[in-house]
Amino acid sequence: MTAALPHIGQSHRRENALRHLAGRGKFVTDLALPRMLHVAFVRSPVARGEIVELDVADAAASPGVVRVFTAATLNGLCKPWVGTLDHFTGMQSSPQNMLAECDVLWVGHPVAMIVAHSRAQAEDACELIMLDIEEKEAVVDGYAALVPGAALASGGITSNVCFETVVETPDVDAAFARAAHVVEASFTFGRHTAVTLEPRAIVADFDPSARQLNVHHGTQTPYQFQDIYARHFGLSEGKVRVIAPDVGGSFGMKLHVYNEEMATVAASIALGRPVRFVADRLESFVSDIHARDHRVSARMALDADGTILAMDVDDMTQIGAFSTYPRTSAAEGNQVIRLMGAPYRMPDYRGRLSVVFQNKVQTSQYRAVGHPIACAVTEALVDHAAGVLDLDPFEIRQRNLLADDAYPQVSATGYRFEKLSHQASLSKLHLLMGYDTLRKEQAALRKQGIHRGIGIAPFVEITNPGATFYGVGGARISAQDGAIVRLTPSGDVHCAISVTEQGQGTETIIAQVVADQLGVSPDKVKVVTGDTDTTPSGGATWACRGAGIGGETALRAGRKLQTQILTLAGEILQAAPTDLRLANGAVVDAASGNERISLAEIGRIATYRPDTLPKGCDNSLTVAQHFAPSGYPFDFTNGIQASYVEVDIETGVTRLLKHWVVEDCGRIINPLLVDEQIRGGVVQGLGPAFFEECLYDETGQMINASLADYLVPMAGEMPDIEIAHIETPTRDTILGAKGVGEAGTAAAGAAAMNAVNDALRPTGARIYQTPMTPQRILTALGHV
Amino acid sequence: MKTDITLTVNGEAVRETVEPRTSLADLLRDRLRLTGTHVGCEMGSCGACLVMLDGVPVHSCLVLAVQVSGQTVSTIEGLNDSGDIADLQRNFHDRNALQCGFCTNGMIMSAQALLSDNPSPSRPEIRDALSGNYCRCTGYEAIVDAISETAMQRGAIVEPAQ
Repeated sequence: MTAALPHIGQSHRRENALRHLAGRGKFVTDLALPRMLHVAFVRSPVARGEIVELDVADAAASPGVVRVFTAATLNGLCKPWVGTLDHFTGMQSSPQNMLAECDVLWVGHPVAMIVAHSRAQAEDACELIMLDIEEKEAVVDGYAALVPGAALASGGITSNVCFETVVETPDVDAAFARAAHVVEASFTFGRHTAVTLEPRAIVADFDPSARQLNVHHGTQTPYQFQDIYARHFGLSEGKVRVIAPDVGGSFGMKLHVYNEEMATVAASIALGRPVRFVADRLESFVSDIHARDHRVSARMALDADGTILAMDVDDMTQIGAFSTYPRTSAAEGNQVIRLMGAPYRMPDYRGRLSVVFQNKVQTSQYRAVGHPIACAVTEALVDHAAGVLDLDPFEIRQRNLLADDAYPQVSATGYRFEKLSHQASLSKLHLLMGYDTLRKEQAALRKQGIHRGIGIAPFVEITNPGATFYGVGGARISAQDGAIVRLTPSGDVHCAISVTEQGQGTETIIAQVVADQLGVSPDKVKVVTGDTDTTPSGGATWACRGAGIGGETALRAGRKLQTQILTLAGEILQAAPTDLRLANGAVVDAASGNERISLAEIGRIATYRPDTLPKGCDNSLTVAQHFAPSGYPFDFTNGIQASYVEVDIETGVTRLLKHWVVEDCGRIINPLLVDEQIRGGVVQGLGPAFFEECLYDETGQMINASLADYLVPMAGEMPDIEIAHIETPTRDTILGAKGVGEAGTAAAGAAAMNAVNDALRPTGARIYQTPMTPQRILTALGHV
Repeated sequence: MKTDITLTVNGEAVRETVEPRTSLADLLRDRLRLTGTHVGCEMGSCGACLVMLDGVPVHSCLVLAVQVSGQTVSTIEGLNDSGDIADLQRNFHDRNALQCGFCTNGMIMSAQALLSDNPSPSRPEIRDALSGNYCRCTGYEAIVDAISETAMQRGAIVEPAQ
């Protein structure tokens, strides 16, 4: 067997980054096919209304226009979709189709599609569509939506409640009754959106002669879309190919079904030509999924020593007019109420969730689904309690965090933890940030009227979900992945794998893992991803699956090929395969390490001279391997973050001075890439904590739907981020890797909120609303 | 109602006939197929479409193609081929200062412009110089590191010769 593992654990650079640096990225937005047409959409200008008149005659006659589609002429091509899952009991959502049929249900709801020779001509024709809508009362606020007799956000629903559930332990009320201290607060978490720098993009190419549909789609999940296009357009799955080339950012936003992508596919089928849709930035804001939008009230019970006894949480989350398909819009809230208090020895809990319809853009899964909300609420209450008990934030956490030697554990919300490292992470953070020195600096500056704050936030992250996550609810979303690894005739290695790359380094780590199984260097391993015709079927990239599930798949495939190569080498060399191993691009003697035959020679013989092999010898040098997690339902990871801020209490402006992360993602395959995942994730957590918010007026109009008005965190506002690690590999796999994609986002906002409130402490003010804008901080201070 | 324009793109003479509304970004991407220049917002906010116009970075989404007639445009493809940004590219690669790669063209343009104006920028000056460049993947720190490293390397090469 392979003796050393020299490449796993090394900071290999990403070979595929070189193309981007040379301007040779291949994004869907770059693709131009022969006879390709372009689309633009006419969208509802109001949040709720009924289409009274839709006249497309002038638009159809506009220069360059090939066809104008409305619901009447397009929707029949596509079987409607419904964003519910069976395991969310009692969930409801109306059927959706591509273009609005009668009711328009949010500002931006597509009503008509123009197909033209250029996007500009299609946009020109949009101006010529006569659209008369009778405006109706829109459901804008989630609490108002729950009042009996409130208008409904769409037809086909019995109330504005999409889904509700309660998670509770039997003794939660008793815990509050005997508590020495109860702290409570109400929170508002704003809506924000992914703002991937490459907008959503698709080129659908249907060939009627072969009934073959090729879809070039900027998505994380090509197999999911292959299945969806086949089923909803009545095509054979084998005749649907989805290709996801370079994808310019995704973060969970590009794995949902959108009206525009389905309509683009339908137009290609109707016209038998390639059809391209690229969202412009303005339509991204009113059609990409939004995220979060929670209002939470929460209480925490503690005994006299500061031991956490219980939490009682109510989360109302507002999701738009439909639940998204196929993953629903309930998973976010479900994870919010189940991740509350997750790092702590908290025996009792009650969490109530209400997922509520309204006439806005749909919300759904976005990076770190539910985590930032659960973490911010929990950690704000822990800091609040520390204040009441006069305990240092580190001290109260040290008393309550799960002990590192007390695993396995089951949380009060039912999550099963294999092994976490909260206490070690807490100690490491204390050292990393120089906590005592920072506190002294903070105290000294406060005397000068400078308000600095320190906030910490431990977290638990959900990674590598098994089939119980979506599969059991009836969703055709794969929890397994697959790889085909082969030795080429020249002795190189080719790996086609179902996990996908959006720049996080998937292809690089897969190459490292495979290389170690076959005794070659990673630059000898070509990794191919993102094409349903050339890779095996699998779940692809979401919920931090790339390293844990994709990596394990690659490892097992690599070992299978290793066995095959050694068996063949044994035949050629007349040696026992157990006396051989792979190293340095060759088959070597297991004991001495001396080269016996190169991989290039094995490839040559197996490919060009199989006639020289002993009779009956199998010359196959290709293996296929699938892997599905079968141990714990999730690989939970953990970590802790700290934020150091300065709040100007005259202007309400917060400066982010520094950020620290201690993270435990199990076996680290590539330290460089892990750290950059964390840094990027932290900034995606800090963005909505201070800047990012989709603002709506009382009629349901989004009022900052442009990149000039919606604030994205910029280089000048973001702090340097220092990172340290603890490695607790999972024993569910050989590789031992968990995931790391959500970790940064999970707790950055929580740490920052605690830091701001720490800075405000001398004033007695507190803020529990994100983004923590200067205006809101001044309001908390009573200045405005 | 189209207009003839002539310009130099990456050292090559280009003659095109364009509509007045055609942006420089669309000319480069759709007509010349120089797709290394990206379009992220079409309103001059995100920086993905930056190109060098007579040596100065401009948002190609905000410049009309008819405006650049007679001028010289360099895109990421041209700077790559000329070798002018080889050290920036090397440091971005080494520091993993890009993930999805969509913002990278603009980051390189801003970095190149900064380093020609200010050969030894501080970290806050680098962060300021990136104030027109959005990146959603990296969190910016690696990009700042890569530019800072390039500045130091260029300084180390230049100084002994002076």
